[in-house]
Amino acid sequence: MIALEKRPQPARGWVIGAPLLAVLLTMVAGGIMFAALGKDPVGAIRIIFWDPLFSEQFSGYSRPQLLVKAGPLILIAIGLSLGFRAGIWNIGAEGQYIVGALCGAAFGLAFWPSTHPLIFPGMVLAGVLGGVLWAMIPAFLRVYARTNEILVSLLLVYVAEAMLASAATGWLRNPDGAGFPGSRNLARHAGTDNPELIAGTGMHWGVLAAFVAVILAYVIMTRHVLGYQIRLAGQAPRAARFGGVNAGRLVILCMGVSGALAGMAGLFEVSGPAGRISIDFNVGYGFTAIIVAFLGRLNPIGILLAGLLLALTFIGGELAQLMLGIPAPAIQAFQGMLLFFLLALDVLANYRVKLKRRVAV
Amino acid sequence: MTALLEISGLSKAYPGVVANDDVSFAIQPGEVHALLGENGAGKSTLVKMIYGLVKPDHGTMRLKGVPYAPAEPRAARAAGVAMVFQHFSLFDALSVAENIALGMEAPPKPRDLAARIRDVSQAYGLPLDPFRLVGDLSAGERQRVEIIRCLLQDPKLLIMDEPTSVLTPQEVEILFHTLRKLAAEGTAILYISHKLEEIRTLCDAATILRLGRKVGACTPRDVTAAHMAELMVGKSLAQPARDTHAPGAVLLAVTRLNLRATTPFGTSLQDVSFSVRAGEILGIGGVAGNGQDELLAALSGEISAVPDAITLNGAPIGALGPNARREKGVLCAPEERLGHAAAPEMTLTENAVLTGRIRRGLDRGGFVDWTRARGFAQDIITHFDVRTPGTEVAARALSGGNLQKFVIGREILQDPTVLVVNQPTWGVDASAAAAIRQALLDLAQGGAAVIVISQDLDELLEISDRFCALNTGRLSVARDARGLSMEEIGLMLGGAHDMAEVVA
Repeated sequence: MIALEKRPQPARGWVIGAPLLAVLLTMVAGGIMFAALGKDPVGAIRIIFWDPLFSEQFSGYSRPQLLVKAGPLILIAIGLSLGFRAGIWNIGAEGQYIVGALCGAAFGLAFWPSTHPLIFPGMVLAGVLGGVLWAMIPAFLRVYARTNEILVSLLLVYVAEAMLASAATGWLRNPDGAGFPGSRNLARHAGTDNPELIAGTGMHWGVLAAFVAVILAYVIMTRHVLGYQIRLAGQAPRAARFGGVNAGRLVILCMGVSGALAGMAGLFEVSGPAGRISIDFNVGYGFTAIIVAFLGRLNPIGILLAGLLLALTFIGGELAQLMLGIPAPAIQAFQGMLLFFLLALDVLANYRVKLKRRVAV
Repeated sequence: MTALLEISGLSKAYPGVVANDDVSFAIQPGEVHALLGENGAGKSTLVKMIYGLVKPDHGTMRLKGVPYAPAEPRAARAAGVAMVFQHFSLFDALSVAENIALGMEAPPKPRDLAARIRDVSQAYGLPLDPFRLVGDLSAGERQRVEIIRCLLQDPKLLIMDEPTSVLTPQEVEILFHTLRKLAAEGTAILYISHKLEEIRTLCDAATILRLGRKVGACTPRDVTAAHMAELMVGKSLAQPARDTHAPGAVLLAVTRLNLRATTPFGTSLQDVSFSVRAGEILGIGGVAGNGQDELLAALSGEISAVPDAITLNGAPIGALGPNARREKGVLCAPEERLGHAAAPEMTLTENAVLTGRIRRGLDRGGFVDWTRARGFAQDIITHFDVRTPGTEVAARALSGGNLQKFVIGREILQDPTVLVVNQPTWGVDASAAAAIRQALLDLAQGGAAVIVISQDLDELLEISDRFCALNTGRLSVARDARGLSMEEIGLMLGGAHDMAEVVA
C-alpha cells in the first residue's frame, strides 16, 4: 500500500525539482499522444518548447511574443496572488482588465490628436483607477454587505464585456473608421502608444511593470508587515484578528491592488499589442492569470516562471498547429497535461511517499 | 472468575516516540478501573488500541477469555466495548435523538428511538429530552448524550476519557451515581483521569502509566493522593510559592459589559462587571461554553465594546482594537492554541511577531525585523523551556504542551500591565503546568494584574487571590479565594448569583 505522510516542513529540493519533473513527464506523455496521432513526437515537442525561442525560421516572430503574452499574465497574477494568499478570491480580473483598458483608452482619445508627453502617463493612471474602481464594487459589497466576492467579481466580468461592446460600437468608435466597430489605433499614434522598448524583444512598458511588480511583491511578502498580515489572514483568520489585522481593510487593499494591476495590464495591452478597443479586445488573460497564480504557488518568482512557461506553450502550441497540422484539441490536451503534472507533483513537496506493507489482522 | 478484558504486553511506537511499552493489566466485570497518568503518558494510545482506532505493534488482548483484536471501532462496539471521548462529536444543529441515530448501524424509527433514550436516561438518572437541539445543551448534558449513545449498545466495557473536566461538582456527583449503578449491574468501566481525589472516591483499581510504561497499580481507596501523584510524575512536585501581599491600585475594570453572541450557539455576555488590582490574580471559573471565549475576545479587543465598559487605569479602552490595547499593556493568551493564539503553518519566529511586534519593536518602518523576531522567539524558548528543534519550526509541529508554554511565554516576556489567560495549563504536563503557574504568580508579584480563566478549579484555588465564576454569560461576584469550599464554588458555577449576599 502506498501511503502519504505529511512532511513537517516542505522539502526544499522538491519545490524546485517537482516542476522540472512535471515538464519532463509532460514531454513523455505528450510525445506518446502525438505519436498515437501519427505525428513525429520529438519534432512536436521541439516545435513547442524549442523552436519559438531558438529556431532561425520562427524565432524572429515568436521570441518577442513570449514577453508580450507573459507580461499581462504575470502582472495580473501577481495582483491576484496577494489576495489569494489572504483568502480573498478576486475571480474578476478579466473585468478589471477591460475597464482599465476602457478608462485608459478613453483618457487618451479625449485629447486626440494631441501628442503631449503627459498623455501616456495620464492613460496609465486612468487605467489603474478604472481597474481599482471595478474591483471596489465586490470589495465594498463583501465588507459592508457580506456578499461573496467570488460571485460578484465574476459576474462583473460580463457587465464589463457589455460595456466593452458598447464602447467599441458606440462611444469610443473611430469616427474615421467608416462605421466599422473599434476605436482609433492608439499604438500607431505618438503620445498614446506603448512602444516596444528594445527592438526585437517584445519588451514594452507593461512587461517592465510586470517585472517591477514581481520584485515589489517578493519584498512585500517576505519582509513587510503587510505581507505578514496577508499570509496570517489566509492561514489562520482567527489568529489574524487576534494579531490586530483589520479584515475589512485587508479585503479593500488586496482587491484594490489586484484591480490596479489588472487595469494597468489592460491599458498597456490596448495601447500596445492590441492597439485599439475592439469587441473581442479581451482574450482571457484575466482568467488565465488565475492559473498562472496557482501554478506559481502564489509565490512571485514562481508566478514569473509560470507566466513564461504558459506563454511558451501557447506560442509553441500555435506553431505546432500551423507547421505539423496537430489538431487544436490535442494541443489543449497537451497544455492540460502540463497543468496536471505540475499540480499532481506538488504533493511531493509537502508529503513523503511511503510504501507500507498491510498489517495482517 | 475470568477477567473481562485482559491486556498483555501491548506496545505501540510512533516515529520518534514510544507511546506504549509492554503494558499489561486486567479489568474485572463490574469494576471501575482507573487509568492514571500525565499528559503524554500513553493513556490515549492505550484506549485507542482497546477501541480499535490504533493497531498495537506487539501484544495481545483477550475479551472474556477470547482473543480480541478489533480492526476498527465498529468491531470494538460489536464486541461490547463503548467509549465516551473527551471531545464530543455532536452536531449542534441536530436534536439529541438525531445525533444518536447518526452513530447507529441500523437506527430504529425516530419515535422508538426517543422512547428508548427516555428509558435509558431515566434508568440511569441522566435526565435528557431526546428532541432538544444539542446546540442548546450544556456541556454536562452533551456528555449525557454521548453516554446514552454508548449505553444503547449495552456495552460490557465503557471507556471514559477525562469525563469530569467539563462538569460542575454537582454534575460530577450525578455522573458518579450513574457509573456506580452501571458497575453494580456488571458493566466494567475504564476511567481515564488525572484528578486523584475523584479516582479515590470512584475507582476500585488503578493502573498508572508514565512515559508509556506501566509504573504501578494500586487500590485507590487504600493509598493517598500524594502517593498516586508521585507514581504518576516520578518525583514529588514543587508547590508554587506565593507570598501574601497587599494588592495595589485597580488596573483593569470592567463595568456592565454586555455583548451579543456573534454565532448562533455562542454565549452572550450579560452585565459582566469585575476589577483587578496590581499584584492580584483573579480566577474566573466556569464550565466551558459559558462565555469564556467571548470574555477573552472582549478583553483582547477582538470584539469591541462600549468604550467605558472596559477601563485601564481609569481610561476607557473598550473600543480599542487588539494592537492598541497591546500598546497600553493589556495582553492576552487565548485558549485555542492552534489557529487562534498561534498560526499552525507559521514558524515560531513568525508566531512571535503575531503579538510581540509592537511591544518588542519587531518592525522598522513597516518592515519586519526578522533577526530581532528570531531573537525574541529564542528568548521565549529558553525562558520557558519550549522543546523544539529551533525557531524555524512550524507551530503545528510542537506538542500541545510545548506550544502552550510558547504562547504563555510570549505574552509574559512582553512585560504586561494586565495579562488575561484562558486555560493556561490545558494539556500541559504537571511539571510544565507548575512552571506556568509559578510564572503567573511571579508576574503578579512584580505588580501586574493577572486574570486566569480556567475550568480547572484546583488550579484556580491554588493561584488566585479572588475567585468568581461565569455561568451562561453572567459573572458572579468575586470572593476571596481562601476559605472557599468546593460546595460554595459549585453553587457559583451553577448559577446561584445571589449567594454572596446570603452568605455574607
